[in-house]
Amino acid sequence: MMKKIRNLIRSFTLSELLRGMRLTGRRFTSKKLTVRYPEEKTPQSPRFRGLHALRRYPSGEERCIGCKLCEAVCPALAITIDTEEREDGSRRTTRYDIDLFKCVYCGFCEEACPVDAIVETRVFEYSFFERGQQVMNKEMLLEVGAKHEAQIASDREVSVLDR
Amino acid sequence: MPEEQIQLFINDREVHASKGAMLIEVADQHDIRIPRFCYHKKLSVAANCRMCMVEVEKAPKALPACATPVAEGMRVYTHSPAALDAQKSTMEFLLINHPLDCPVCDQGGECELQDTAMGYGEDVSRYTERKRVVADKELGPLVSTDMTRCIHCTRCVRFGSEVAGIRELGATGRGEFMEIGTYVQRSLTSELSGNVIDVCPVGALNAKPSRMRARSWEMLQCAGLSPHDAMGSNIYMHVLRNTVVRVVPRENDELNETWIADRDRFSYEGLHTPDRATQPLVRTARGWESSSWQASLDVLARKIKQFSPEEVGVMAAAHSSLEEQYLLQKLFRCLGIQNIDHRVRQADFTDQEYMPLFPNLGQSIESLEHNNAVFLIGCDIRLEQPMLAHRIRKASARGCQVVALNSRDFDFLFAAQVNWNQAPQAWLQALSEIVKCIPDNELRDLPHELKEIVEQASPSMYARHIFELLSQAGTCSVFLGAMLDSHPQASALRALAAVLARHTHANFGLLPQAGNTAGAWLCGLLPHRLAGGVPNPDAGLDTTAMLAGPCKAFVLFNLEPEFDFANAPSALEAMQEADFVVVFTPYVSESMRSYADVVLPIATFAEMRGTYVNAEGRWQTADKAINPPGQARPAWRILRVLADHLGLEGFTHESSQQVLEEIKVQTGETTGFEGRLHESKMVQTQADPEGIYRVSATPMYAVDNVVRRANSLQQTPYERSPRVAMCEQLARELGVLEEDEVRIVQDGRAKVLKLELDPALPMNCVWVQKSSRQVDELGNAIAPVEIQRLDHD
Repeated sequence: MMKKIRNLIRSFTLSELLRGMRLTGRRFTSKKLTVRYPEEKTPQSPRFRGLHALRRYPSGEERCIGCKLCEAVCPALAITIDTEEREDGSRRTTRYDIDLFKCVYCGFCEEACPVDAIVETRVFEYSFFERGQQVMNKEMLLEVGAKHEAQIASDREVSVLDR
Repeated sequence: MPEEQIQLFINDREVHASKGAMLIEVADQHDIRIPRFCYHKKLSVAANCRMCMVEVEKAPKALPACATPVAEGMRVYTHSPAALDAQKSTMEFLLINHPLDCPVCDQGGECELQDTAMGYGEDVSRYTERKRVVADKELGPLVSTDMTRCIHCTRCVRFGSEVAGIRELGATGRGEFMEIGTYVQRSLTSELSGNVIDVCPVGALNAKPSRMRARSWEMLQCAGLSPHDAMGSNIYMHVLRNTVVRVVPRENDELNETWIADRDRFSYEGLHTPDRATQPLVRTARGWESSSWQASLDVLARKIKQFSPEEVGVMAAAHSSLEEQYLLQKLFRCLGIQNIDHRVRQADFTDQEYMPLFPNLGQSIESLEHNNAVFLIGCDIRLEQPMLAHRIRKASARGCQVVALNSRDFDFLFAAQVNWNQAPQAWLQALSEIVKCIPDNELRDLPHELKEIVEQASPSMYARHIFELLSQAGTCSVFLGAMLDSHPQASALRALAAVLARHTHANFGLLPQAGNTAGAWLCGLLPHRLAGGVPNPDAGLDTTAMLAGPCKAFVLFNLEPEFDFANAPSALEAMQEADFVVVFTPYVSESMRSYADVVLPIATFAEMRGTYVNAEGRWQTADKAINPPGQARPAWRILRVLADHLGLEGFTHESSQQVLEEIKVQTGETTGFEGRLHESKMVQTQADPEGIYRVSATPMYAVDNVVRRANSLQQTPYERSPRVAMCEQLARELGVLEEDEVRIVQDGRAKVLKLELDPALPMNCVWVQKSSRQVDELGNAIAPVEIQRLDHD
């Protein structure tokens, strides 16, 4: 009986509505959390793990030595590498494929790499329009690396200091 | 006498060991791991790496386990603080000059130094000085070097001098300046040179053909067998994404121990070549057309029935598996065809009825080591059967006397007491001289033609020496090799050698040449015998007769006539003139396209389950390592489907296992050689003693279609351009000089070759050097020839 009366009073005083509106009011005046993507973007950590890239040395020589440690450590088996001896006697890849559908962006490849050749960049906006395009080959990866080298290099410097 | 057993304690565990054993051996037997680099169980003890230091009670300092013999009541600690301290210090010294290039090193992941450094090394090096750098050595097409990585364990040096029998690698300099090399820049020439790759504990010596192709952890290891010689060497094929990347030995103390020959190790290169047959091909009016299995087998079934059984010849390779060989002969025998043979390199078939169940060693491979004397006839055993030669080398190191009757000095790499070089037409005479020495002249069993020859012979010094050696040796062997096989009077030579072996109580070994020659004899891939050695009442023709005679249709199985046949040009001619030729082959060559009508792609030894019988009669089965390319299929499967197309009964096998079981029922699984000696009643003795004979041997890397396509093997010093060699006296008589070109005429076919002089060749005999990739345009390997001088204006 008492319960019914209490509920009746609550309904007529609109107390629940007002409680809800209080939250709305608080959010209305507080600082905004959302950004207007794509015009605005959230800040990224220098250790952000986005699209992969293969790096080169300033001399233009590719860093990758084909040790296949990234292939071995990859938990999703997304990396496929073929190697051979280049004419100058150095070990080089003839094929370096990453299947981005398989990749789980764990960053192990980057961690395993003894020469900082394979890295994950801050790029996260990419799409594929046809089947098969999700497999990045060596040329594509090197291209990504060339495009973002300045950012990649400065990110590595910062994160080395963090380690 | 049983070895004296003593008791000792390793890590407070009581163990028993035979007296004189080294500590490390005993620890290994009891699964107590002691780190080591220079110690190898098949090599002598060098004790120069100092990694196996252990603490021995009452010894003032840690002792090397590999060079410390066990003693009664000894107390050894392998992981005590003192032992660990010694091991860690050694490790630190070893790592001073070792480069940190594990990510690019082929040994990475299977490296003994890497593994040991994990357990005994420090995380951070205290060494900040410059590391030394050593120039790489060029060791030929098989072994690659990164000498900076070398830790001077000298295993490769000891392997060369103790196992391969040729000291090709050595250490020069001392301390910091010590280097392993070949003294003078040269390629490794040992036929076992690939084993230095396995003995090297670090990445200093690696396989050149697979250099930087794959890492050790990503390959699948598939047990296999090598079909290239009669040893049946056990191998592991390392497979990466359906490609054999390298081959390493699979340890089997009864056969290949821990070694394999280079031929077994590098032949895999021939598996992945652009000329692999990947689709059935059928010749039509429009030329060659790819076809389906259904259609091509229909064509084959329809066409083969148009010939009468006498007009069809079936020839198969002796390196094919037992299952393939058995089904092949069964299928064609069901069609009434009896012209079935695998002896494509043989020249004389007169005594085929009297041959044993299968050509064999006459003893087990292991017991080869216990011979006190070995007599090799027409046999360059090192190139024919490298691993058997290794066993004889071991016997020779123990004091076994080796004597040989050949046409030239072969470099056996063990000391041959006598190299009796005779022209091939004189071999019969030479053997009769030896047989004549048998004192009581018990020659009743000899066919009368031979008896006459033996009675007229007067033993020379060589003959008497060889006979005395064999009769006084105790355990001894007589081996007949590949050159004897291609000899036109082989039957007579076999008969005489058998008599000699019987009277000297020698093991009589007819060396089977290919990986499954013994199997081919067992399963009836012969015109005169059915499976299990049962005489065929309706005997067909042998290879030579098939090629010369009435056959209008041929079935070639895993063979290339221009390389595999004793008489290559006439085989090729026969194929080209035949009305219908079916080829079961893993490779399509240009010449095949010129004579074949149907080409059926089959799997190689790595691509199917197969059984092989080796020289001691051991049956071994190996599974497939990779899938055959394209439409190629294991041949037993093709033959089984073909039988359905032909409407034959009795081909219901669903697995190669079932085929094998059927064979075992037929042959009664003969494990081991037959004691039956060769007692011939029919022999071929005709020869022209006056004329000049040529002799040649199949090059080591040309024995079968896979090896011939192994690129790196073809670049070794064993691959030589065709030449003709003769002794100076003969050259003088013919009026030719070294490096001159001379014309050789054999059976009406002529060829111009460059001349080289070889003082060890006898008169009336020339050595024709064959090349793996060039057709021998002359004909049989041992035959009369005429040498003409080329007159230049």
